[in-house]
Amino acid sequence: MLKSTLSALGGRPRALDGVLEQAGQIILGKDHEIRLAVACLLANGHLLIEDLPGMGKTTLAHTLARLLGLQFSRIQFTSDLLPADITGVSIFERDKSEFRFLPGPVFAQLVLADEINRATPKTQSALLEAMEEGQVTAEGQTRLLPTPFFVIATQNPAHQIGTFPLPESQLDRFLMRLELGYPDRTAERALLSAGGQRARVEQLSPMLLANELPGLQSEAAAIHAAGPLIDYVQALVEATRHNPAFQHGLSPRAGLALLAAARAWAWLAGRDMVLPDDVQAVLPAVARHRLRSAQGGGYALAEDIAALMRSVAIP
Amino acid sequence: MSTPARDALDRHATPWLFATALATTAPHALHQPTWLSALSGAVLLWAAWLWWKDRRLPGRWLIVLMVAGGCAGILLEFRSLFGRDAGVAMLVMFMSMKLLEVRSRRDGMVAITLGYFLLLTHYLYSQSIPTGLWLLATMWLVTATLVRLQGGPASPPRDSLRHAGVLCLQAIPFMLVLYLLFPRISGPLWGLPLDAHSGKTGLSETMSPGSIAELVQSADIAFRVRFDGPLPPKQKLYWRGPVMEQFDGITWQPYKGRYRTPQLAPVSPPVSYETTLEAHGQRWLLALDAPTGLPAETSLNGTLTAASREAINERRRFRLSASLDYRFNTSEEAAVLRRNLALPAERNPRTRQLAREWQAGNPPEAIIAKALTLFASEFTYTLRPPLLGRDGVDDFLFNGKRGFCEHYAAAFVVLMRGAGIPARIVGGYQGGEFNPLDGYLVVRQSDAHAWAEVWLEGRGWVRVDPTAAVSPSRIETGIADALDLGEPLPALIQWRADWVRTLRYRWEAINNAWNQNILGYDPLRQRELLARLGLPDADWRSLATALGLACSLIVAGLMAWALYRRPERDPVVRLWQQALRHLARRKVDCAPWETPLDVARRVREQCPELAVTFQPVVDAYLVARYGKSDQALKTLRDAVAQLR
Repeated sequence: MLKSTLSALGGRPRALDGVLEQAGQIILGKDHEIRLAVACLLANGHLLIEDLPGMGKTTLAHTLARLLGLQFSRIQFTSDLLPADITGVSIFERDKSEFRFLPGPVFAQLVLADEINRATPKTQSALLEAMEEGQVTAEGQTRLLPTPFFVIATQNPAHQIGTFPLPESQLDRFLMRLELGYPDRTAERALLSAGGQRARVEQLSPMLLANELPGLQSEAAAIHAAGPLIDYVQALVEATRHNPAFQHGLSPRAGLALLAAARAWAWLAGRDMVLPDDVQAVLPAVARHRLRSAQGGGYALAEDIAALMRSVAIP
Repeated sequence: MSTPARDALDRHATPWLFATALATTAPHALHQPTWLSALSGAVLLWAAWLWWKDRRLPGRWLIVLMVAGGCAGILLEFRSLFGRDAGVAMLVMFMSMKLLEVRSRRDGMVAITLGYFLLLTHYLYSQSIPTGLWLLATMWLVTATLVRLQGGPASPPRDSLRHAGVLCLQAIPFMLVLYLLFPRISGPLWGLPLDAHSGKTGLSETMSPGSIAELVQSADIAFRVRFDGPLPPKQKLYWRGPVMEQFDGITWQPYKGRYRTPQLAPVSPPVSYETTLEAHGQRWLLALDAPTGLPAETSLNGTLTAASREAINERRRFRLSASLDYRFNTSEEAAVLRRNLALPAERNPRTRQLAREWQAGNPPEAIIAKALTLFASEFTYTLRPPLLGRDGVDDFLFNGKRGFCEHYAAAFVVLMRGAGIPARIVGGYQGGEFNPLDGYLVVRQSDAHAWAEVWLEGRGWVRVDPTAAVSPSRIETGIADALDLGEPLPALIQWRADWVRTLRYRWEAINNAWNQNILGYDPLRQRELLARLGLPDADWRSLATALGLACSLIVAGLMAWALYRRPERDPVVRLWQQALRHLARRKVDCAPWETPLDVARRVREQCPELAVTFQPVVDAYLVARYGKSDQALKTLRDAVAQLR
């Protein structure tokens, strides 16, 4: 029945279905999160995955890099990591008698910033600046990063010892924030019987050509969002500003992020228009880390986001 | 002083405030002192100039200084800061000066509130139709300014005006209900402070040469009369005011002492009529001679003048009847007769000499006839008599021979008293103008008149109008015909062209209808109306209940209208609502926050037999509402039709 709906709504071949399917075989039982992660990359946004150690954060990042055919690098953040360790350093070559810039690990299409909240704020901000500007300034010289450029950052929950939680202004740079959560019984059973999945990641073959992704991104960005749909996004954003469950409301940038994410989600579903369902699907991932719960001051609670959705009528 | 950006007034909102200030204060220039109008005009111009040049507004201390100066001026002018005139003057001044300090939206709101209040103050001066229309338009403007201030810079002027217009139109039902049902207090529609009654035109209680001639130059309406039967002949329309018996050589005054009850014997059958008196600040009703039937709270004094218990300070309506032919006090007290024979010694010797000559051997009727013949032969009726000296009546009778009704009446009474006939002066109005359009007789200040009354043995007090002998047309057709062109009469009275007269009749008829029906809606009429609506003996409780009920009905009506109208806007939404109602009848209830796909899922779960026909509705609705296709509306309409 859903198939018929989608075809009626202008369905077309879904280029990324293969990516979703393959990733689903690596990260078991997390289809929704995988789809969100792909939508995030498709909307040209950075992704923050936050969960306890051992939940498959790194595996997900690695899998996506492989499947999307992106050049991949990984930075393990530690408390003694320096900005130059990310951006790169110039070294003196004695035989040529000159300095040569050795690009750091940030010069890759997909950067996995592992446990970002273990580094000092100074180092964190070096990466976040690269995320925002798409370029790196090292030793007085500005160098462009490759395109596409994604950061998938993982972090452990902030209450763990030895972490520097990201400030709100930097959290806002991530289009989405995901929690993977524990797998369900069947998925966990399959995981246990199949053994670790890390090794299988290396065997994955890319589903896209290296330069194919930007075209898909611009297709997704052109998905039609009708007036009533924009009304809906606006109503949701406005509702966060008057909702006592949150310390403050969503910014205009968050509204744009919500619409972009919903477009990517609609594109993934093979539709040529955005539906309120798309907005609802991405809303928790886009909004929760941008809001502060009025109780406790942490991220907005999932229940509050659900209540928020129930408070806004579909236009 | 810094203003938070959110509250800052955008530059293009200020002209709205100027328009509001101008429209609400300008009409007060008609009656307030010139210096005040000039001051507020100058302040407004200054503020407008500052706005135009985008200059800084003056500092607070300067405005405080100006307000203090203005208050001092008002205090000097009116001797008070309270009361109608001083209060309104203060408001006008505040309004203009407020515009020198509009920085934030809050300041704008203060100016608008002041504007609304100023609107009301105009009704303290005039309740005429033009005033009403002007204030209606001004209210629209002030409301549009309010809308503009709330709407922000993005809203074009036309939108503000349209929005305000809709608001005003929606207020009309409330206005009507409040007007009809709000418990009335007996009194005018607009209760006035005490100082409002100064400067009322009308007949004065005393008479001296020139006092009526001055009054006659006003075209103001004194009262309107509607007869139950046909209009009596014009020469019998004498509207009786004060009766003046005491003469000091120049001024005539009423006797303030006691009289006995008048003895009135009607000769002709009574005619009844309704009179609507304009405020004139005195107690008399100006009843038609001789009053036989009087309303409650009024009485007849010893000289047959009908008077109300209180001064008439607002427009009042009375029902009266009169007997046009009558006998009045055929037997009179000796004291009264003595009083009406008295003349100041050493004044007007020639007149008294002439009267004594006439008295010799002649009966009173012959003496009266002699006097009237004298007037008819050599005298001229004019509003511009020559100045009179110490012996005014002598001057008039033997030198000037030109005068107005008060001259003739005074000279006649002096002659009669000199000849031993008790005589006195009656002030009032004579005649009136019949408006064929609404059947009202309009009596103006220009119809003010003075005539004489003599007491004859066996006949009592008899009216003699010497003016009728000089200028019969004054009594038969009216003052405009009696005077030559060029006399200082108001143009309104003088114009004799037919079309002007017709226009004037029409306008007066409309005005009269306004006065009678709108402004004259008093507790009595309210009771009548409520009785007709099936609410006899309505007290304030039932009125309040009816008021509340009517207002709730209007609110409900407006809300129903708004709710009914909204889905009309988009046929796609209307069709979807229709489909949802169809689901609700099948006990599939959907929350407003559920998306169409949620609804489809719910139908599949709760009502699977409906899913096949409902799915196309969802598909078509999604395309029509969220897609780019233009043809989807028809698909949706067909799909919804399939639901039946």
